[in-house]
Amino acid sequence: MTVEEDGPAAAPGGTAKEVRRLDRVVIRFAGDSGDGMQLTGDRFTSETASFGNDLSTLPNFPAEIRAPAGTLPGVSSFQLHFADHDILTPGDAPDVLVAMNPAALKANIADVPRGAEIIVNTDEFTKRAMAKVGYDASPLEDGSLEAYRVHPVPLTTLTVEALKDFDLSRKDAGRSKNMFALGLLSWMYHRPTESTEAFLRKKFAKKPEIAEANVVAFRAGWNFGETTEDFAISYEVAPATSAFPSGRYRNISGNLALSYGLVAAAERADLPLYLGSYPITPASDILHELSKHKNFGVRTFQAEDEIAGIGAALGAAFGGSLAVTTTSGPGVALKSETIGLAVSLELPLLIVDIQRGGPSTGLPTKTEQADLLQAMYGRNGEAPVPVVAPRTPADCFDAAIEAARIAIAYRTPVFLLSDGYLANGSEPWRVPEVHELPDLRVQFATGPNHELADGTEVFWPYKRDPQTLARPWAVPGTPGLEHRIGGIEKQDGTGNISYDPANHDFMVRTRQAKIDGIEVPDLDVDDPHGDAHVLVLGWGSTYGPVTAAVRRLRAGGSSVAQAHLRHLNPFPKNLGEVLKRYDKVIVPEMNLGQLALLLRARYLIDAHSYTQVNGMPFKAEQLATTIREVLDAQ
Amino acid sequence: MPSEALPLVPRGTLPLTAKDFKSDQEVRWCPGCGDYAILAAVQGFMPELGLAKENIVFISGIGCSSRFPYYMNTYGMHSIHGRAPAIATGLASSRQDLSVWVVTGDGDALSIGGNHLIHALRRNVNLKILLFNNRIYGLTKGQYSPTSEVGKITKSTPMGSLDAPFNPVSLAIGAEASFVARTVDSDRKHLTEVLRQAAEHPGTALVEIYQNCNIFNDGAFEALKDKDQAQEAVIRLEHGHPIRFGADGEKGVIRNPLTGDLEVVAVTEENQDRILVHDAHTPSPTTAFALSRLADPDTLHHTPIGVFRSTERPVYDTLMSDQLETAVEQKGKGDLTTLLTGNDTWTVEEQERRVRGADH
Repeated sequence: MTVEEDGPAAAPGGTAKEVRRLDRVVIRFAGDSGDGMQLTGDRFTSETASFGNDLSTLPNFPAEIRAPAGTLPGVSSFQLHFADHDILTPGDAPDVLVAMNPAALKANIADVPRGAEIIVNTDEFTKRAMAKVGYDASPLEDGSLEAYRVHPVPLTTLTVEALKDFDLSRKDAGRSKNMFALGLLSWMYHRPTESTEAFLRKKFAKKPEIAEANVVAFRAGWNFGETTEDFAISYEVAPATSAFPSGRYRNISGNLALSYGLVAAAERADLPLYLGSYPITPASDILHELSKHKNFGVRTFQAEDEIAGIGAALGAAFGGSLAVTTTSGPGVALKSETIGLAVSLELPLLIVDIQRGGPSTGLPTKTEQADLLQAMYGRNGEAPVPVVAPRTPADCFDAAIEAARIAIAYRTPVFLLSDGYLANGSEPWRVPEVHELPDLRVQFATGPNHELADGTEVFWPYKRDPQTLARPWAVPGTPGLEHRIGGIEKQDGTGNISYDPANHDFMVRTRQAKIDGIEVPDLDVDDPHGDAHVLVLGWGSTYGPVTAAVRRLRAGGSSVAQAHLRHLNPFPKNLGEVLKRYDKVIVPEMNLGQLALLLRARYLIDAHSYTQVNGMPFKAEQLATTIREVLDAQ
Repeated sequence: MPSEALPLVPRGTLPLTAKDFKSDQEVRWCPGCGDYAILAAVQGFMPELGLAKENIVFISGIGCSSRFPYYMNTYGMHSIHGRAPAIATGLASSRQDLSVWVVTGDGDALSIGGNHLIHALRRNVNLKILLFNNRIYGLTKGQYSPTSEVGKITKSTPMGSLDAPFNPVSLAIGAEASFVARTVDSDRKHLTEVLRQAAEHPGTALVEIYQNCNIFNDGAFEALKDKDQAQEAVIRLEHGHPIRFGADGEKGVIRNPLTGDLEVVAVTEENQDRILVHDAHTPSPTTAFALSRLADPDTLHHTPIGVFRSTERPVYDTLMSDQLETAVEQKGKGDLTTLLTGNDTWTVEEQERRVRGADH
């Protein structure tokens, strides 16, 4: 936290309280999974977005819906990084920790640097609650938090007191303590409050008493900050005036951006959108979101299982829809056979994989990038599938459109590899103009495309476009184009069953050539002075921390180049040439080196793999240290 | 008989014949396979539907029967083992202008694809599912299937199979099917009549077709085909008619007043008023289920054929489309700019100055 002393200033209320100006802050709200920490974080984010800061968020919650109260596994947290300039990550370490109970303190304290502020709900620090998480003595009293600036606040008592005029039990009134905490933090950081009050009134529209109680608790928290001696300082983080190109902005999470990308792609392709899906964390939000947009002609089908989800999508693709299935981790494994069929049928199909920790059930709510090789190779036979990966939450919108472009143009299933961090994280997004989006319109086959030796005009379902190698998309209902397709090897051209060895060899190579020949943009390399010897090459959601790390190194005078892959299959055509320009290529990934393996195999370079699989995104400082070590060794 | 069950499927302009439904592909089932008779019956029956041929789609899974679409000159997909109902659900629910048929077998539909079958039935998607039941695995060369009788000696069960079989009709009724029928490959007339009723049914229709595999399970349904035995073995169900069979209808089905179950009795003066009258349209599945349990799974004696159940209930694809229309009525046709913009935006001006909350 960098601080510019601004001297005492008049607080809005008129009492002279010191206001300090900061350029960026990282706040982490932590509590029981039933304490409403995600909602609290979301609201603070919304206030921050409308205030005009740049921001990045990291929700972190257990897979259990309500893990046992007060336990370490039950802790849910939400970290928010906001700044007066453009930022790339949710922040390595919190400047402020809000701990709603002893478990939240214990689970998070290791991440909090000395000197940071900690706001604790003292009401929850009972002997029993502390014993539950292994505190023999109260950390608030035993001196173990001396290095921090601790604000002990009886949040529950204050909330109950503020709500004493409401006809609520102590327990029910206490539930609003998260809004009290939000009010306090909103005061500390001068956040606008109107939107939160409006949100609460809307959320609890059917229970006006509860809505009002939450608003009162929220205001009480604000007023508490303003009046109590303990909070002598408040902070300003100015809007990020120069961070953004002009335009209209909103805050958006990865899954929402991805959902919008799908709706937009369907509109731009002039095809109906069809989602076949089975609920799975952290992909279900896309099913929820798309199911709200039936007025766009979007059909959502909650299938009986993962296999039926993709099966229905493939059936819809045969019928001429822009078909999508959404899943995560083990769900991809279940869909493998159908993806193979889609490769064989050569129909457009989007497979959205919101990667999570694996193997098996793994870590449902944590992030990982370990499905890359599964997306690349996880099928029987030679079954190449293009792979596209978004780099930030907002980028999920563009990546979804790009994946749709490839699927439609090349009549192929396409993997869109997002992950749990992108899915739930959020950032400001410039709302695009619809006419700026790519035109994805497609021409269905309408008539015969081949002339037999005897002059008969016929339709050949596997006669390919010479440029793209795509086969015609002839949808049922088109007279004269009746044809049969299936998973058995097909004769080139006619599509009839063929067991001919030479034909199979040809078809396998042709399907591969089609994917290899997909046109993707060249890889941009950021090498400001052109003198770097080391390249950091990432893919997917590591973009934020990698870029932040590279900036830190450059600010310290180091020269390092950076590039980030959006297309994992096929790779950009210039990738080999880019890799050869650098003495050393560092590949940070949230897996055990899957991209590095591909690069080594394909380009015969000794990629330096740097990996992390703890379910969390990289921290910029840790990446910077690693890169610095490589630079120093050069 | 233009089908009323598919009001959105375009009618054909030219009268078609069975030949129009034959593809140019050589049929490659074993000589003598029951599938030939079923294919001929389906090709012969299709013109009756009066639908535009290009709006008819056959989707199959894997197995001998699942080669069926290759031989039909319609749109078709030979898909993955067990998954045809799921794929067909996606097609039917996205394209109400299509008549979608699923061809499957006892292994495909009831083993690997059991889950998709029961869910298609409960949803009542507009699919006509033809389940070719030969009580054996043919394509993998003769292992027992989920409809094989207990104790079946096969390559994978040299000492006899241990698992109790499914009764596909019972299963379908239990899975909330709105239309369930059974017929036999060799009885072209009966087969065609059942197909006709299935085609007319709005929603999922399951037709179990007893089909002889002359290579691995020859004669499995002989009791129902042999003239001498068939009279005693086959109970022909006809809606609105008393359920009687045997020579001169000497046997009949009555409900036991004490157990509520059905039983076969010799028809007498005293009991003939108590002979059950078949009501395929009754909403309760109870009696249809009881009928499905009459047959002896080993000897096939007292096997009812015909339409067990044919009741109307809302069709999934229609409901799905109705929701889209309702959404447009309630919210107006979706506008992409409005969607992307949302309710909570701010504007960054050219001169790099933020206007707070300007777009609320």
